[in-house]
Amino acid sequence: MFRRHTLEGTHKIALTVDGRPVIARSSDSVAAALLAAGIAQCRDTPVSGAARGPYCLMGVCFDCLVSIDGVGSRQACMVQVVDGMVVETQHGPRTAGR
Amino acid sequence: MTARDVIRDTYDVVVVGAGPAGLAAASVTAAAGLATLLADENATPGGQIYRAVTTTPVRDRAILGDDYWHGATLVETARRSGAEMLSGALVWSLDASLTLGLSHGGIARMVQARRVIVATGAQERPFPIPGWTLPGVMTVGGAQTLLKASGLVTQGRAVIAGMGPLLWLYAAQVLRAGGRIEAILDTTPRGALLRAMPYAPGLMLSPLFAKGRALMREVRRRVPVVTAVTELGANGGARVREIAFRSAGGETRTLPLDTLLLHQGVVPSTSLAMAAGVAHRWDTLQHCWVPVLDATFETSVPGLSVAGDGGGIAGAWAAEARGRLAGIAAVRALKPDARVPDEQAVRHALVRHLLGRRFLDTLYEPSAATRIPADDVIACRCEEVTAGRIRETVAMGCEGPNQMKALTRCGMGPCQGRLCHLTVTEVIAAARGVSPAEVGTYRVRPPVKPIPLSEFAAMSAGDEAMRAVVRL
Repeated sequence: MFRRHTLEGTHKIALTVDGRPVIARSSDSVAAALLAAGIAQCRDTPVSGAARGPYCLMGVCFDCLVSIDGVGSRQACMVQVVDGMVVETQHGPRTAGR
Repeated sequence: MTARDVIRDTYDVVVVGAGPAGLAAASVTAAAGLATLLADENATPGGQIYRAVTTTPVRDRAILGDDYWHGATLVETARRSGAEMLSGALVWSLDASLTLGLSHGGIARMVQARRVIVATGAQERPFPIPGWTLPGVMTVGGAQTLLKASGLVTQGRAVIAGMGPLLWLYAAQVLRAGGRIEAILDTTPRGALLRAMPYAPGLMLSPLFAKGRALMREVRRRVPVVTAVTELGANGGARVREIAFRSAGGETRTLPLDTLLLHQGVVPSTSLAMAAGVAHRWDTLQHCWVPVLDATFETSVPGLSVAGDGGGIAGAWAAEARGRLAGIAAVRALKPDARVPDEQAVRHALVRHLLGRRFLDTLYEPSAATRIPADDVIACRCEEVTAGRIRETVAMGCEGPNQMKALTRCGMGPCQGRLCHLTVTEVIAAARGVSPAEVGTYRVRPPVKPIPLSEFAAMSAGDEAMRAVVRL
C-alpha cells in the first residue's frame, strides 16, 4: 500500500473510479491516483479473468489498462489525471465501441 | 496548440527520449544550430532516472539525492539550447529512411529527420516468479516512479525482493521519505561477489563505490536483509498476501505482505530501434539484446544512432556522456563547421563513468533460475502463456519466438512482447539447448505502441499512399 509523503506544489483533482469519488493530486498519473486511493486492482484479464494492477508504472507492461472517459484499454500509468475524469476498471474481454 | 500547429514536417535531428542521453544529445545538436526535436512520451522531461525532476512534490532534496537533482540542470540546458522539447509525444514508428510516426495531443503525423538519435533508455528486466502478476506486485522502478512523480511512499507491509543498485537506491529514498519496508530479500547469488572480485579495482576508482556502500549501510541499519534468497513465489488472490522464499540456510520461509516490489536490474528498451531494422546482438553478461553500435553510437541503419542505456546498460552518467557524443557525431555529419563540446573531454568522462560497470554486471548477474522460470510460471503476462506451455510448444518443433506467437499467442497482447521477449527467447534457447542469439527475438513492427485508429485515419495521405490502398 502507498500513502502520500508530501502534497507540496500540487492541488486536488476530483475524479471518479467506478462511480466512486476519488481525490487525486495534480502530480498523479491515473495509476498513481488509484494506488494512492488503495485500489491495487484495475482490471481482470480477458484470458482467464485473473486480477491485475499496475506493475511497471512506465508504459511497458500494459497491465494497468483502464477505461478513461469512455475510452477503453488506456495505460493508467501514462495518463495524467484531470478534473472530472471518469475512470472505470475493466472486466472481461473488450467489446467494440469501448 | 495542437501538434499539427507546432511540429514541423522535417528536422535536422530528431531525438527520441528525454532522459539523460536524449537531453544531452539534443542540447548539443540544437546549440550547434541544427533544427532539433526532442520527443518524449512522458508528461515531463527527465526519463525514468530524472522522472518528474521539474515537477516532483518531493522538494526536500536530501530524499531523492544530489544525483537525481542533477537532472534539473540537464533539462535546463536542453531548454536553453533551442531544442524543441515535446512531452507527451509518442514515437510509434521509425524506419530506415528516418521517417518517424509521432502522436501528440491526439494527432498522429509523420516527421522526416536527417539524423535520428534513439535514446529510449532502459526498462526493468522481467522477474518471472509464481504470482508476479498479482495486484500489489510491482517493480522497484515503478515504486520509485510513484515516489518521484507523486510523492507516494510505501506503508503497511512492503517487501523488496531482488538485487541491483536501483534496489538499494530506492530503499534509501523511500525510507528517507518516511516509507516503511518490512524486509529486503536479496537474491544476489552466493559466490557472485567472489566472481566479481577480479573487477573490484575498477569499482574502487569509481564514485559508484563510495555511493553504493553508503546507500547499503543506510538501508541495512533500518531494514532486515535476508541474503542469497532463492525460490521466490508470491501468493494471494485479488491482491498479493504473502511471499515464500528459500533462505541461504536452505529453509523455506514465508512473510505476510500487501506490496511486493521486484527488481533484478534493467535492460535496454529496444522496440523502436528493432522496428527500424537496427541490427542487435545478444549480450552474454547482461542477458539481453543490445544494438550493434560503432564508436559514435551509430547503428547498422545509416544516420540512426542509439545513445544511453538503450545501447547497453551503463547508468545515467554514462548515458549523458554517450548522448553528448552521439550529438557531436550528428553535428559533424550535418554541420561540420559548427562548434561542439570537446569530444576528448566527453570520452574521458565516459571512461570514468564506466569504471566499476563490469564489477556490477558480474555481481548482479541474474541467475538462470530467475530469468528462465519453472513450468507453472507465466512468461507472457498479457496472454497468460506459461514457461511450460512454451516448452511444450518447443517440444512440438517450434524453434523461435515468431512461430511461438502463432502457436501460443505469447507476445501478441497489448504490450507487443515488450515485457516478455527476453524471457521467451531464453526459455526457448534453454529448451532447445542453443544460444539466445540463435533463437532470435520477436519481429517488431510499427506501430510499436498502440495508437487509436482514428488518429491513423485522420493522417493526411499523399497520392502515393492513396494509390497503394485504393484501386483506381
